[in-house]
Amino acid sequence: MTMLPATAGTKKLGLVIDLDICVGCHACAVNCKEWNSGGHSAPMTDWNAYSGTESTDGDDDGAWGVWFNRVHTYEVGDGAEGRTVHFPRSCLHCETPACVTVCPTGASYKREEDGIVLVNEDLCIGCKLCSWACAYGAREYDHEDGVMKKCTLCIDRIYNENLEEVDRVPACVSTCPASARHFGDLGDPDSAVSVLVAERGGYDLMPEMGFKPTNKYLPPRPGKTACGSTGAPSRLEQLVAEAADAVPQGKAVPATTGGKMLAWVDAVLSR
Amino acid sequence: MHPAASVIFFTTASGAGYGLLFLLGIAGAAGLVPASLAFGLVGFTLAFGLITAGLLASTFHLGRPERAWRALSQWRSSWLSREGVAALVTYAPAGLFALGWVVFGEARGIWGVFGLLGSLGAVATVVCTGMIYASLPTIRQWRQPLTIPVYLTIGLYTGALWMALLSAAFGGAASAFLWLAVLAGLSAAGVKALYWRTIDTEAPVTTSGTATGLGSLGRVRLLDAPTTSQNYVMREMGYRVARKHAMKLRAIAAVIGVAVPVLLLLIAAAVGGGAAVVPVFLAALSGSAGAVVERWLFFAEATHVVTTYYGAEAA
Repeated sequence: MTMLPATAGTKKLGLVIDLDICVGCHACAVNCKEWNSGGHSAPMTDWNAYSGTESTDGDDDGAWGVWFNRVHTYEVGDGAEGRTVHFPRSCLHCETPACVTVCPTGASYKREEDGIVLVNEDLCIGCKLCSWACAYGAREYDHEDGVMKKCTLCIDRIYNENLEEVDRVPACVSTCPASARHFGDLGDPDSAVSVLVAERGGYDLMPEMGFKPTNKYLPPRPGKTACGSTGAPSRLEQLVAEAADAVPQGKAVPATTGGKMLAWVDAVLSR
Repeated sequence: MHPAASVIFFTTASGAGYGLLFLLGIAGAAGLVPASLAFGLVGFTLAFGLITAGLLASTFHLGRPERAWRALSQWRSSWLSREGVAALVTYAPAGLFALGWVVFGEARGIWGVFGLLGSLGAVATVVCTGMIYASLPTIRQWRQPLTIPVYLTIGLYTGALWMALLSAAFGGAASAFLWLAVLAGLSAAGVKALYWRTIDTEAPVTTSGTATGLGSLGRVRLLDAPTTSQNYVMREMGYRVARKHAMKLRAIAAVIGVAVPVLLLLIAAAVGGGAAVVPVFLAALSGSAGAVVERWLFFAEATHVVTTYYGAEAA
């Protein structure tokens, strides 16, 4: 049913992505592809997968395929104020998703119990209208299967009792080496993710669209334009002085306990 | 937006078909044209042919055409579903109207009521088609108050061209339909010109700054795209047409879509009689070709907000 749930549930599962921390390694995108190629949305078809120049089915526009996670890299600001920001982009599981309401078949739906937006691939006719309605480019068409596919928030992981509890998070979150991605209930103001959003000023992408995304982005922290006051140089001097005192130049290391024999063994082994 | 040939054919063919059906319903019910076998047979074959060919073509761009019937289920939320329902429902009264006209030689009375219901269904279906596009906030050039008037006037105009041909060939208020086609053509041109003016002058709201939320930190531009080749989103939503081509194509649409047909219709009005069929037929062909160019532009000129993630500064 493509009507949105009449009563929005209080639970809003989603992601919080920290743009200050993301290093742009694309591990989230790769692990997403890896997990989902064998899960709910399998297969995630690739075309011309082994070469950018081969041609399959008359398609010679290079290697491409279905991915639910895409990492963009932007240059923001100019000159000394300029910075590089890595920007992972996936389905935001909006509160009022137009991709769901435009669906003519009922294949697209938003779950009342946790707010996850899904596609029932058995009902999808592949009209692609949902991908036109999505502002965030979250839906990708699999022209091998003839149906639309999208991020499931790893619904086959987060509720999977065969996995250790610590692993019941989306693949992108579990794999992020920098911990730039957080998963949780954004409908609960006391959850860790909600607290993080409140503390760091988490925001919505394209708020002017009015889709009320559940996922939030944390802005990069202000960049440093001057030498910081960490006290590093003076501390270093102090450490050098302490080290010089501890190991006097030209003197043998005094044997502590165990007598001359052990001191001799230590000296031999230290050569 | 990528202009899919099947969708362009669908919206222009069914638009003309519904325009013709609309006029047949009104003209038949009002007794403006004779309820003759020839007029009915050719008229309804043309109208239902254009509508049905268009609807079938629209299923060609589906990934799973065999499941197309499912698209009738979500009329409560989806304009695409509503369009499908309206299209199917319209067949019923329009079919009965055609039956009365062709088999019983009567287009007025109760048959006329069916005709008017068919006209109503034709308008409703074209409005639903327009709303599929006008309801998408992600595409500024489509979410315009003028999108529905554009679809309605072009549908009426192309339908009127074929209606003018029918009445020139099989009798009836021939000169009335000639002038109706001229009037509809000029209003379609006027509405479309206003539409083009609006989309050209209106400033886009979405920028790479609002898309990433980083606008407050300075100018946001793409340094590295997620992929080295074009992915689905870039292929479907990132279609670009050079500005100068758009201007050329607008001129082509205006000339072959309206200027040439109107000239031919005026010639037909001057010639009169059976010889008028030739210029009216050429006008109908030229006007329909112009509608195809206009519809191609409607897609090609549309910019989707997702392109702001892929290097566009605004959309």
